[in-house]
Amino acid sequence: MTNQNKTIWQKWKAWVNGEEALLHPDAYIAKRAERKKRSKKKTFNMRRMKENPQVYHFLCVSVCAAFIGILLAVVAELPSFGAAENPTNNEVMERYLEKGMEETGAINFVTGMILDYRAFDTFGEANVLFLAVIGVWMLLQRDRKNFSAEQERECEEDAAIETAESKTILQIGAKYLTPMILLYGVYVICNGHLSPGGGFSGGAIIGGGLILYAAAYGQEKVGAFLTKRRFLTMIAGSLLTYFACKSYSFFTGANHVGYAIPKGTPGEILSAGWILPLNICVGLVVACTMYGFYALFTKGEL
Amino acid sequence: MRMWIAGLFLCGGMLFFIFSLIGFYRLNYVMNRIHAAALADTLGLGLVMVGLMILGKDVFHIAKHLLVLFFFWASAPIATHLIGKVEMLTNADYYERVHEK
Repeated sequence: MTNQNKTIWQKWKAWVNGEEALLHPDAYIAKRAERKKRSKKKTFNMRRMKENPQVYHFLCVSVCAAFIGILLAVVAELPSFGAAENPTNNEVMERYLEKGMEETGAINFVTGMILDYRAFDTFGEANVLFLAVIGVWMLLQRDRKNFSAEQERECEEDAAIETAESKTILQIGAKYLTPMILLYGVYVICNGHLSPGGGFSGGAIIGGGLILYAAAYGQEKVGAFLTKRRFLTMIAGSLLTYFACKSYSFFTGANHVGYAIPKGTPGEILSAGWILPLNICVGLVVACTMYGFYALFTKGEL
Repeated sequence: MRMWIAGLFLCGGMLFFIFSLIGFYRLNYVMNRIHAAALADTLGLGLVMVGLMILGKDVFHIAKHLLVLFFFWASAPIATHLIGKVEMLTNADYYERVHEK
């Protein structure tokens, strides 16, 4: 079928599939080349500019000075820090400071904000991480379609060199540091509503610990307990749990009509409603994303 | 008195950080730069942490600083060792390795 006979839908499909979807490709290319030639005279030629160093340096300095001047002028116009009539001192901040602990039960206002007042936003962020790791997985995973026998052989050689190489110092360091890093990450996640920290930072710490362990002992050791199936189950399960925990807000309305979650005593580890489980879900997603990026970019498999 | 001793330790630590920063710009070869970086990671950080420990409020506050110090003194030499090892394994240029300063 020639290009002229296709419908718009077929043309679009051909374009998506990477086929030539232009009506008259030769004419189009000729026209495009012609236009480029014509417009060449008018464009600002950087190479010709650089041949004249004095003008070039003068222009560089004047452009930089102009931008510095603009930025300094803007900074001078900013309202002074902490002044009472600043636009940030509005009723939203008052509400958070006065009623935040009562309404969310969290001592750490930041966690109270991102996991209670703005939990939907955090859900979106966790989904972005999930989509990112799935996209990387789609692009970088090694399989028969994008991997030739020669590349396979090279990878096997690399793996053989890596296992033969003695990494005693790194392994002993990782042996003693990894459990402590993981424990600290769990502490940061579980204490997110009481102290600075939370799901995102704690998950990043746990992911860093897993990366250290994988770098020292090889990805097979981590893959033994973090298999593909468990990885996907953990990420998708965390997101679903998050949605299930937080969707009551959508069903009961913004003020949680007819449904009261016990807030507990502020300051205890089991308090603040759903914030602790939500923190754990976010932490698992972030940890899996970080380790997934490392594993996929280095070896192309989990 | 405690403030002054702590300030002395903090300023000493900062001094070693400055030496390390000068070393970064002064030295060109990887192995020499490792030496400059290690100065800040070990002695500079150690002095700053000792100064903060002197200022510490209670036992747990001091213990946290000790843990930070332990973590850095345990992890930084490992990282430095790996950088040096990679340099020795991959850089085949004998002249740069021996004569470049």
